[in-house]
Parts: sequence; structure tokens; C-alpha cells
Amino acid sequence: MSRNVLFSPFFAVLLLAACVGTRPAHAQTDLLNDLERQTADSTKREVVTATFKGTHIINAQSIETPGLGTLVFLIQHRFGTLNSGAYNFFGLDQAVLRLSFEYGLTNRLAVGVGRSNIEKTFDGFVKYKALQQTTGAQPMPVSVTLFASSALTTLKFSSAAGVADRSTASRVDYAYQVLIARKFTPGLSVQLMPTLVHRNYVVLAGMQNDVYALGAGLRQKLSKRIAFTADYFYVLPGYVADTYRNALGVGVDIETGGHVFQLHFTNSKGMTEKFFVPQTSGNFFNGDIYFGFTVARNFTVKSQLK
Amino acid sequence: MSDEKPPPNNRCLFAMKRSLLLLTAGLLAYAGAARAQTKYLTKTGNVSFFSATPIEDIAAQNNQVAAVVDVSTGQLAFSVPIKGFVFKRTLMQEHFNENYLESDKFPKATFSGRFTGADAAELAQPGPHAVQATGDLAIHGVTHRVATPATLELKNGQLLATASFSVASADYNIEIPLLVRNNIAKIVTVRMALACAPVPGAVGATSAPR
Repeated sequence: MSRNVLFSPFFAVLLLAACVGTRPAHAQTDLLNDLERQTADSTKREVVTATFKGTHIINAQSIETPGLGTLVFLIQHRFGTLNSGAYNFFGLDQAVLRLSFEYGLTNRLAVGVGRSNIEKTFDGFVKYKALQQTTGAQPMPVSVTLFASSALTTLKFSSAAGVADRSTASRVDYAYQVLIARKFTPGLSVQLMPTLVHRNYVVLAGMQNDVYALGAGLRQKLSKRIAFTADYFYVLPGYVADTYRNALGVGVDIETGGHVFQLHFTNSKGMTEKFFVPQTSGNFFNGDIYFGFTVARNFTVKSQLK
Repeated sequence: MSDEKPPPNNRCLFAMKRSLLLLTAGLLAYAGAARAQTKYLTKTGNVSFFSATPIEDIAAQNNQVAAVVDVSTGQLAFSVPIKGFVFKRTLMQEHFNENYLESDKFPKATFSGRFTGADAAELAQPGPHAVQATGDLAIHGVTHRVATPATLELKNGQLLATASFSVASADYNIEIPLLVRNNIAKIVTVRMALACAPVPGAVGATSAPR
């Protein structure tokens, strides 16, 4: 008799076994896929973090704030100009210093104080992250941080013969900035900074009290821990004398655990807005280049974890 | 010389009917069983990890774990968004995401596997049940087969799952820089605590065999 194997009960059982046998492997990853599909939220917005490694690019402030409960101690050190000659050890003999503390009151709001040795200036500032760049639903293309600072010079003017001491109001300068930055790729971030520096007292007639400038900065990661940084301030024409130049800085950021080391070259001597925006006199191409470094150390004052 | 097939004799017919019946019954039973699956799901599970070294202790918590447990087939899967880990220090959190786990490239850590040692009937009994979970754990783009003891308990209609296992950062291509190598333990303890709610009217999405 003919026996068609397809009709054998043995085959039926085999077919059934095959059906059952192939299911589990698919089902395991199917379960995960199901889960992913269920948890995918089309209305989710994700904030872009770490646009810059620290709170400063080179001269300029970056859009970053320390974060809730974090205290940042910043040491900014700049040597003399490289064209000072071998006798001055190419500038390393001279030093300009700024020390500052910045504290994150919330994740968006930070306050800080600092002191520079140029004209013995104290400065205090407030930084607020108004907008944060987000991806996902209704993305925000840029991060915007508002910055306001005031600087007070504590020099004793009357120590020079025949010079009257200056009033407190005449010792103060203000700086206002709107920092707008975008993280284009995980490696590249660019920032634009419309800036206003207001000087209560100007030495010469004809100098402007208000100086408007547009700054730009960028950070390009070269490896996981090393990045190239640059910033430039273009002072709008007519606001400062022609002897002053636009501040340019180029440098390298090295990140190591809890510190960020920033090594840079810049043509600006000062490190506060009132100095480097309207008072930069170094000519990059003439060798008026100041080599400097910034060290930022983070301390956790208030833990994020309960 | 007839080319016709001889008519199937009675014995062959019977065999044919029986096997078809068997096959159909089997498929129906199987499909029926699929419809009775019970799944438990959570989107707010907790996972934490702890690294202890003489220099520093590092701990992080994540309350955004999505997990699903299918009690009748013994399968389980979970998905952890890396950006959901909260650390004590903001800078540590930034380094974790940017440098160590590269969460922009690998936003989630996932596990897909099954548990053995307790079936649906046993789990219905009150009290914790020890099970063994095995499956594929994928972190930072690398997948490893892992096995770990876990505890399942059905309490107040919720399925509570806890597990504790070790993860070695080197196994998952997580590069720790030389300067902080003594601050981070080579093997990190991970703890999971999930409270999964039953999924109402659960029908296995893949109940039809392919």
C-alpha cells in the first residue's frame, strides 16, 4: 500500500514540535521589543547636556553652570607675553591671576565671586540657564544662558601724588551677556555671545562708557578627554579706540577625573569681561601672546542623591 | 495499465485523519495556552549600582527601569535608560554619560531572558520564591550571557522581583582612565528591585506560531 509520509502521525508530532521549538528564541527578543515599543514615548524631550566641559571657554563664560549643590573653584593664571624675551623667560616671570568660586543654587541658577590681581578687582556674577537645548518632541535648537556681572576695582588711587581718590561708583563696571550655544554633534559645540560692558568711569574723554561686542566660541573634542577650544570677541566699530584689538584665545581642554585643565594662548591680559572685551591691546601676530592655564575643581556641597 | 492512484484503504485513511486531528488539536491547545499568558509590567523599576574602593565609594540610582515578566512562559526582559542614573555629584553623572557609558551612542542597557525554578502555579503561592534568571545582558553595545539568582513574589496582585548581580566594566568595553582607575571597582554590584503590575487582558502579541 502507498504510505504517504505526510499523513503519518509521526510527522504531525514533528511538525507540532517544530512550531513549539522555534517559538521561544523569537519570543525572548519579541518580549524586549514589545517592552521597548510600550515605553517609547513620542512626547519625551531629552535635555542636551555637557555642551561644554566647564563654565569657561577661554576668556568667555560658557552656557554651563556648576549644577545643583556643586561648588567650582577656578584658578585662572596668565603669564606675560611670549615676546618678552629670554630675560623675562618668555613671559613666565610675570603673572596675572584670577581666583573665583561659583556655586549652583539650582540646576539653572549659579552665583559666583572672583578676584583678579589686575587693578585689584573683585567681581560678582549671576548666571541663569534660561533655555536648554532639547531633542525629541518639540526640540529646542539652542541653549541660552543669561549672565550679569559687576566688577569693583579696589586700587588706592590717592596713593599717587596729586590724584584724588575715586568714588565707589566710579570703580564699578558691569557686564551683561546673552550666551547662546548649540551642541551640533557630541564633539562640536558653538556659542555666540552678544555682550555689553558698561564702564562707569572712563579715563579719557572720547572713550565710550558702553561697549558693545559680539563674541563667538567653540569647542571641538579631539578625543574623549581632550578638546580644542577657541573664543573671539569682535567689538563693534566706534566703541573703543583703534589701539585696542579684539580678544582672541585658542587652547586645549584636558579633563582628568574631577578637574578640567585648560591651557590656552590669548592676546588679552585680563580675565574679567571689563578687561578682555574693551581693553585688549595685544597683537597676536606681533607675539603679544599670553600663555595661561585655568584649573577648575568641582566640590559637591549638596549631594544630588537623597 | 491504469495511472490512477489506488484508492486509499481504510487503514491509511484512519491514519491520515488521526494525524490531522492530532495536529489541529495540538495547535489549538497551544494557541489556547498562549491566550492565557499573564504578563506583569512596570515603567518605574529601580536599579542601583555600587562600587567600593579604599579611595571612594560610588553609588547611583535609576528609577526609570521598564520591565516585563511573563509568568506562564517564564520570560523576562528589562530596559534601563542610562541617562536616568542619578549620582551624588553632577560631574560624576556627566562623566558617566559622556565618557564611560557613552549614553548618546548606547542609550539603554537591556536584558532579555527567562527564569527557571518556579512556574506560574508555584508563584501563586504567597511568599518569595527563589529563581534562576539567565539571558542576554547588553550594556554599552556589548552582549553577554549572564545567569543570576533572583527572587519573585506575588504580593497584592503585584509581582515583586529582586536580583543582585555583578558587572565587570571591562567585559562591556567600558574604559576607565588610568587616573581614576583606583577610584572605581573593577567589579560593580548591581541591585534591581521591580514592582510589576499585571497587564490587563494580556494576549501574547506573538501567539500565532510562525
